[in-house]
Amino acid sequence: MKVLVPVKRVIDYNVKVRVKADQTGVDLANVKMSMNPFDEISVEEAIRLREKGKATEVIAVSIGPQQAGETIRTALAMGADRGILVKTDGDVEPLAVAKILKGIVEAEQPGLVITGKQAIDDDSNQTGQMLAALLGWPQATFAHKLELSDGKADIEREIDGGLQTVEVKLPCVMTTDLRLNEPRYASLPNIMKAKKKPIDEKTPADYGVDVTPRLKVLKVTEPPKRQAGMKVKTVAELLDKLKNEAGVI
Amino acid sequence: MASLVIAEHDNKVLKDATAKTVAAAAQISSPVHVLVAGSGAGAVAEAASKLAGVEKVLLADDAAYAKMVAEPMEKLILSLAGSYDAILAPATTNGKNYMPRVAAKLDVPQVSEILKVVGPDTFERPIYAGNAIATVQAPAGKKVITVRTTAFKAAEGAGSASVEKISAAGDPGISKFIGEELSKSERPELTSAKIIISGGRGMQSGDNFHMLEKIADKLHAAVGASRAAVDAGFVPNDYQVGQTGKVVAPELYIAVGISGAIQHLAGMKDSKVIAAINKDEEAPIFQVADYGLVADLFKAVPEMEEELTKLGY
Repeated sequence: MKVLVPVKRVIDYNVKVRVKADQTGVDLANVKMSMNPFDEISVEEAIRLREKGKATEVIAVSIGPQQAGETIRTALAMGADRGILVKTDGDVEPLAVAKILKGIVEAEQPGLVITGKQAIDDDSNQTGQMLAALLGWPQATFAHKLELSDGKADIEREIDGGLQTVEVKLPCVMTTDLRLNEPRYASLPNIMKAKKKPIDEKTPADYGVDVTPRLKVLKVTEPPKRQAGMKVKTVAELLDKLKNEAGVI
Repeated sequence: MASLVIAEHDNKVLKDATAKTVAAAAQISSPVHVLVAGSGAGAVAEAASKLAGVEKVLLADDAAYAKMVAEPMEKLILSLAGSYDAILAPATTNGKNYMPRVAAKLDVPQVSEILKVVGPDTFERPIYAGNAIATVQAPAGKKVITVRTTAFKAAEGAGSASVEKISAAGDPGISKFIGEELSKSERPELTSAKIIISGGRGMQSGDNFHMLEKIADKLHAAVGASRAAVDAGFVPNDYQVGQTGKVVAPELYIAVGISGAIQHLAGMKDSKVIAAINKDEEAPIFQVADYGLVADLFKAVPEMEEELTKLGY
């Protein structure tokens, strides 16, 4: 069974985001970019499946500019077998990503697609679910634990208030949550090896998908700032303020 | 036309998130109808019919909807979509699960976790963990929207909508609910609590969270945690407040032993009042706290419990 893992190149999660003065977006010039953290978890899970003999091949896909190829290399260095780069500049919305992925799924016929639950740039949390719907496949979002057996997967999901287990027929789409696994670091020999692994280059047109954004971003602004308040000296003073000044207890 | 709000509930109780989503929907397209998809959920439909601003409640009562599994939910919502120009769900784990399927099938972009309705097709939503706010305009056609419910206030007053039973739309039979483990707690839920007391890495162990629970019980508060505390294994993940956990906006948020990483602030900075206890004077949490106490939490928290007892809590 092949496993398809989409990976997105995003601003590194440690970088402080700065909104551009002209309100057109956030400043990405000379900013460190990395693989979306949830996608690292997807790659790790896929590699573990191959190591356990449950998957035969792990294919990493990225949709983005030429530099998204580096994100695919990162996946290859972790252990993915080959990559597909769908080259396009500018923002691609989740629905367009899902349509491109659908085209790739139809060509590659994976038994499982593992996506991150959300990308930490647009925080949409849509792509995996949209892909599943377009394919008519079941989904298991926010995965905490995966168990594959004949023709089906039992997936424990993180939900409001606890954990839920669903059983889905394969093929399916799974989206990863933080506690599914701890992604490995790529070793130097594996980084070297990854340079020789193949990456196919495609375009959205190859899959007949128009990636023109349909949501119009009118502006991007800083969130309202919270002012630091006062320091209190004792617990009694704190409670007095909460009770008599703020009136919240 | 009209808007359709998908109710959040557990087949017994209608969750607050629904009323807040109704409030958002009323600003986009009226009248507002509520879909209660559940199993044995008559009481939920009854409760929804009393929400202010709701004209009609649709009740789809079928075993397939008992746990709001995404695939049957998609079919049900699509079967109703023709009559509405906006479909909204709260951005709970349920709403986030089924709504993008609906949007994809309708071939429209979903607008996730809106914070504000600027106009019938224009919304504010957080990006980059709330470090930036995007104002986006949806194209003509149906709107599929999830709502960050902490950003909306439920409409006041009571309604008297009619409840109409509708038939189920079938189960594609590709997925099924197996079981769940829900945290049992007598305390309020994090997303609806008026007061939250949260612990961070500074708590040092899961056992030490009992100190916070004692305070929580006195104040009828929920107990939360930072991602650091969850990652350290002190408490389960459903305690987590932050970008990757729950987004909360209570009347009072008490942060104990939490440094205030960006990703945590993303989940609680809209709280009305923030109090912080941390021994590190430089901790970033103090930059957003209304009241900061620089103190060792292992002294301050037990003292807080004593003081609250003295005050009659």
